[in-house]
Amino acid sequence: MSAVTLSSVSRWYGDVVAVNDVTMTIGPGITGLLGPNGAGKSTLISMMAGFLAPSAGTVELDGRAVWRHEDAYRHIGIVPETEAAYDVVTGATFVLANARLHGLADAAAAARRAIELVDMAAAADREIGTYSKGMKQRIKMASALVHDPAVLLLDEPFNGMDPRQRLHLMDLLTRLGTEGRTVLFSSHILEEVEEIAGTIEVVVAGRHAASGDFREIRRLMTERPHQYTVSSSDDRALAAAVVAEGAASAVELGETLRVQSSDQGRFVHVLPRLARDGGIRLFSVSPADESLESVFAYLVTR
Amino acid sequence: MNSTIASLTLRTLLGRRRAWLLLVLPLALLVLSVILRLTIGEEDRNDAAVAVLGSFGIATVVPLLALIAGTGALAGEIDDGSIVYLLSKPISRHVIVTTKLAVSGAVVTVFGAVPVFLAGLVLVGGADRLAIAYGLGALVAGVTYCAAFLLLSVVTRNAVVVGLVYALVWEAGVGNVLPGAQALSIQQWSLAVTRSIVGADRAEALELTAAVRPQVAVVLLVVVLVGATYLAGRRLRSLRVTFAA
Repeated sequence: MSAVTLSSVSRWYGDVVAVNDVTMTIGPGITGLLGPNGAGKSTLISMMAGFLAPSAGTVELDGRAVWRHEDAYRHIGIVPETEAAYDVVTGATFVLANARLHGLADAAAAARRAIELVDMAAAADREIGTYSKGMKQRIKMASALVHDPAVLLLDEPFNGMDPRQRLHLMDLLTRLGTEGRTVLFSSHILEEVEEIAGTIEVVVAGRHAASGDFREIRRLMTERPHQYTVSSSDDRALAAAVVAEGAASAVELGETLRVQSSDQGRFVHVLPRLARDGGIRLFSVSPADESLESVFAYLVTR
Repeated sequence: MNSTIASLTLRTLLGRRRAWLLLVLPLALLVLSVILRLTIGEEDRNDAAVAVLGSFGIATVVPLLALIAGTGALAGEIDDGSIVYLLSKPISRHVIVTTKLAVSGAVVTVFGAVPVFLAGLVLVGGADRLAIAYGLGALVAGVTYCAAFLLLSVVTRNAVVVGLVYALVWEAGVGNVLPGAQALSIQQWSLAVTRSIVGADRAEALELTAAVRPQVAVVLLVVVLVGATYLAGRRLRSLRVTFAA
């Protein structure tokens, strides 16, 4: 059982702050690191992996700093997003080389076991350059698991995978999590994360925005105020009717009618009736901010 | 030395498409030597050897090969991110660098120093120990260039360009215009080694010149070799690697 602990970790590049005062503990089981692209997920994982020094704060594995301590890699397995992996060697050679680099007593057996674990035995003797993206991902997994690490860090592991490969990897991660390993993976897709992660850490714009199990995160995301842009034959009358009905928390009348509602279901149900009763024609009703970024932005300002 | 890193490095160096470059340069050197041997008179052979082995062999073939091997052994992996697989292991960073130096040095020896020696044999046979002197000069030059280019690989993302500028602009260009610049040139230090093997008197007669004295040259070669290797290992320890963003 191992834990990765980040205490007040910040990382900046020149004037750009990539990670801003993040404190979190990643314990056994599966943790999903969720956030939009550019939120600082890769920077966080790089620091947990000891490939990047925090500008401030500490990153520790079981109480020992990771940066500049090569021995930490006896307990950490890393699956980077980068596809490059010695294309000219075969999958089997690559995994075996990783086992040897770890100085394992029986490197050959460890390599075989890892390759079987990711279900790559059939293609192990082909050059990595000939692999599909999903196969590369699996051989990278095998190389990260070859020394039986307590901690596994994966950067966007589901990117570019087809549904079957995705299911297979989810199964594998779930199994590793139930074995008591500390598994952390990053993703920008909520559905992906809530499927398998017991704990979700949300990062937005370098800040730790939320933390909890998927139900909590899901609730935070669906209960936020929704915004709609409405255009109709008489925006002014419609706005008055909506306010009178108490179906909106805020209304803004400009070139179009913008409505903010904290009760999504109610507003959507009430609107057509109000329009009909007032003899108003609705031209369009569109949710204004359904992008994932706005969901995350809401979590930060919350 | 780590044999697994050595074999991975060798495979990447020889498996890549640019590996044919490693063969073209020594082949050109050998073909040129054979043609000269067949076409020029005996009295001109020594001069031809000094020109071909020095100006083409040590000054061009060796630094270019070392650039391919030295940056190919490290800068390539840092560029494409596969260095992660080496860095995520409980292995001293100095071991990684010395292994890569050994492999790239061996590659330059096989594809550079040995062909220089063979070209020397073709041109002048055993005369004046020219073949062995240039061969050894090429060997120390090759290994030292590799150490320098390995260091470049970890300090700049443009290692190939900087290395090329050093070898072609500084050593070949600036060195010819400003004699002082030649004192800071791996090529000149290696020529000093070659010169001392041939012997000062014969070297003078052959117009085999070097900008520094042999003792100074050896000290400088060792300083660069050891210093660059050590610094590269230290730098690799704190190399910033971010996963693809």
